[in-house]
Amino acid sequence: MDERTSAVELKGITKTFPGVVANDDINLTVEPSEIHAVVGENGAGKSTLMKILYGMLRPDGGEISVNGRVAHFRSPKDAIGAGIGMVHQHFMLATNLTVLENVVLGSEPAHAGVIDFDEAADRIRELSRTYGVPLDPERLVEDLAVGERQRVEILKVLYRGARILILDEPTAALVPQEVEELFRNLRELRERGVTIIFISHKLDEVLAIADSITVIRDGHTVATVKPQAVTARQLAELMVGSELPTPETRESTVTDVVVLSVRDLGVRVADRWALRNVTFDIRRGEIVGIAGVEGNGQRELVDALMGLLSPQEGLIRLGDADITRWSPRKRREAGIGYVPEDRHLRGLLLPSPLWENSMLGYQTMVPFSSGPWVNKGGAHKRTDDVIHEYNVITPGPDTSALALSGGNQQKLIVGREMVAEPKVLIAAHPTRGIDVGAQAAVWEHIRRARAAGLALLLISADLEELIGLSDTLHVILRGTLVAKLDPATVTPEVLGSYMTGAREAASA
Amino acid sequence: MNARVKIALLWLLVPVSAIVLALAVSSLVLIIIGENPLTAFRSMVSYGTQPNSLASMVNRAVPLYVAGLAVAVGFKMNLFNIGVEGQYRLAALLAAAAGAAVSLPAPLHVAFIMLVAMVVGAFWAGIAGVLRVKRGVHEVVSTIMLNFIATGIGAYLLANFLRKPRLPNELIIQTRQIPPSGHLSPLTVVGGEDLRSFVLIAVVLGIAVYVLIWRTRFGYDLRASGINPEAARASGVDPGRMIVTTMLISGAVAGLIGMTDLFGFFHAYTLDFPTGLGFDGIAVALVGLNHPAGIAIAALLFGWVDRAAQILDLEGIPKEVIIITKGVIILSVVIAYEVVRRIVQAQEIKAAAEETRKLEEKREAVPA
Repeated sequence: MDERTSAVELKGITKTFPGVVANDDINLTVEPSEIHAVVGENGAGKSTLMKILYGMLRPDGGEISVNGRVAHFRSPKDAIGAGIGMVHQHFMLATNLTVLENVVLGSEPAHAGVIDFDEAADRIRELSRTYGVPLDPERLVEDLAVGERQRVEILKVLYRGARILILDEPTAALVPQEVEELFRNLRELRERGVTIIFISHKLDEVLAIADSITVIRDGHTVATVKPQAVTARQLAELMVGSELPTPETRESTVTDVVVLSVRDLGVRVADRWALRNVTFDIRRGEIVGIAGVEGNGQRELVDALMGLLSPQEGLIRLGDADITRWSPRKRREAGIGYVPEDRHLRGLLLPSPLWENSMLGYQTMVPFSSGPWVNKGGAHKRTDDVIHEYNVITPGPDTSALALSGGNQQKLIVGREMVAEPKVLIAAHPTRGIDVGAQAAVWEHIRRARAAGLALLLISADLEELIGLSDTLHVILRGTLVAKLDPATVTPEVLGSYMTGAREAASA
Repeated sequence: MNARVKIALLWLLVPVSAIVLALAVSSLVLIIIGENPLTAFRSMVSYGTQPNSLASMVNRAVPLYVAGLAVAVGFKMNLFNIGVEGQYRLAALLAAAAGAAVSLPAPLHVAFIMLVAMVVGAFWAGIAGVLRVKRGVHEVVSTIMLNFIATGIGAYLLANFLRKPRLPNELIIQTRQIPPSGHLSPLTVVGGEDLRSFVLIAVVLGIAVYVLIWRTRFGYDLRASGINPEAARASGVDPGRMIVTTMLISGAVAGLIGMTDLFGFFHAYTLDFPTGLGFDGIAVALVGLNHPAGIAIAALLFGWVDRAAQILDLEGIPKEVIIITKGVIILSVVIAYEVVRRIVQAQEIKAAAEETRKLEEKREAVPA
């Protein structure tokens, strides 16, 4: 190590808590004015580490130094005081307020209890000039695009005097073009002396932006490398400790039999068409992928297909039956499976045992019930099957779902839906938050079910997963399907340009 | 299993700590008002353990138990039926009037009165359910309002239509007497105190509620809706229908609260009919952790405390002290339950994590 004092130095950080991968002897040195990436799989301990650095969690052992001084953070307030700011993955913005109001929220410059908005606006303009983060303080946040909202978050922490920024998965909600924009901003910030800790699991992005990269696996720091010295593949192997799988499906199993057919579907939410003129078919053995930036109607599409929202226009047919007005239960019983986007919100009964969770959505069907009675034995047996086939790591079907790690919860949900052998599966982000090994296993199960005739609607933010698995790929933008692409030829960049509307129509 | 014993002992801490705390606070209050707590407790125990007191305890516990069940059915899906009070009083009035108006063979007569009571209770609670589903009125607000309305309607009906023609010099306002075919004779008489037979029906009712909530598909839907309404809806549960059905069941059970007094004591609806049972039911359900077995224990405890407190007047101690005791029991059970629940949950997560680690080690040892 050279003579300069490091911006941040973590020595032997250890944190244990039950059920979650802990930090075990983490060592990390971040030089001033560098972009330092911390990479690792979901659940490797990145978030825990950053929460410790930001004062949200206290380590059981180890030492944190900031600019050469040992720090003991008891709350984020202490961390902010030491010049550390955090840009969260999920934006914490009041959308009905202006940029200015959001930035000053919580640290308003006041004279005798009256907020001095002019002073604040001046400071914000100055900050955005100095750091090259263009933003108009008077605009409403709800009118801003995702990338601009992120800039508001960055400005928020700069406004509070932070010179060390932690960005937690900053590109998760961005399309490729916005990522480029973000990277330009980050490089600008670096030139002005800001230190950036960039948390991600997207290796190509990390290789493009970082000055150094620290890899975390199973709560340990595995290595710190320079991006020039490694390939994406080597980095992935460091992260996983083994080979990286790919989501490609092999030969086509698409048949002529249309299982689910959607015609001119339109859904209004609060006086606005959240979904309009949506038409597509899914055939037996076909995977239809829907690509789109979050919030472009995917949720409404899923809800309309599951019967959780009733459409104002259009038709949904399952086989020969018009199911547009069917209740969710009737659709379930007719063979529509559902992997929800948010497993805690819609997928699980957290305090209940696994066997009760594996009957969720199937409670009216064999083997979970007979007549009005719950068949506890049948449910246990089926749960055992799901646990074994999908490799859910758990003591047994009587454990409560909240004792499982996120990845295992996801495997339970995917397993529950797949083992029931639905005709159609509506899957939103089926591999979100699970480790690479489990992801490969889920992909394999999907391929096998597809070969056996499953019709799958796949909604995912993972463009590689979409391109790799889908037989047909639609792009959704502002509630309509704007392009139909061939996954065999499309690249993530082209897909991204359709998703943002940069490129239009001209179906491939 | 060591871990299981440990968890069972932890759960035992809930009632034990509640009772200890209740005794401590009551003692403090007694000391403050210048009474000797030991004397008070000693006389309560010696009076409360007499055979006739035990029979009275059970008699007092039965309506509390039924009220607790009615509240718990709603609680299990996060519905707060605060209207049990109004539901049971209206049900008791109309069931008594209907029972007096018909003549039927003995078992049928009793069954008919119970049926009327359940239908009236269900109807009154169902109003709140429909308002919640159709108009988004929260059931806490509507059931409280419906309690007032029930009182008003009940008084109006009793005074104008259902009242027994008054004999000269008779002051009491009540419905006509139900003929003996609509009575339930006591199970047995203990030390001069009837042990009323409705206790048997209450036991059956408790088992029925248990089976309904923990063993049927409907109960699964109900509990799922209580734990995670969004997930339940996505799984095919119709939330509106579930709310109405649950309110109907809760109200039907509430309708039976007054039956033990009607069949075994008053044989008519009178203005002396006990009030406040619906609200006591909320406390009993809370203390009993919404489980029929727990509610039984809580109802017996409250029944005993009520009975044993009668002696305090003779000792010159205000028996209102006992209200404080009950209040402390309720509060400490709720708090202790939450604390123990968290500890048990943490233990469970720890055990699962431990198990997971072992399984993973085993898996790593075997080459994939």
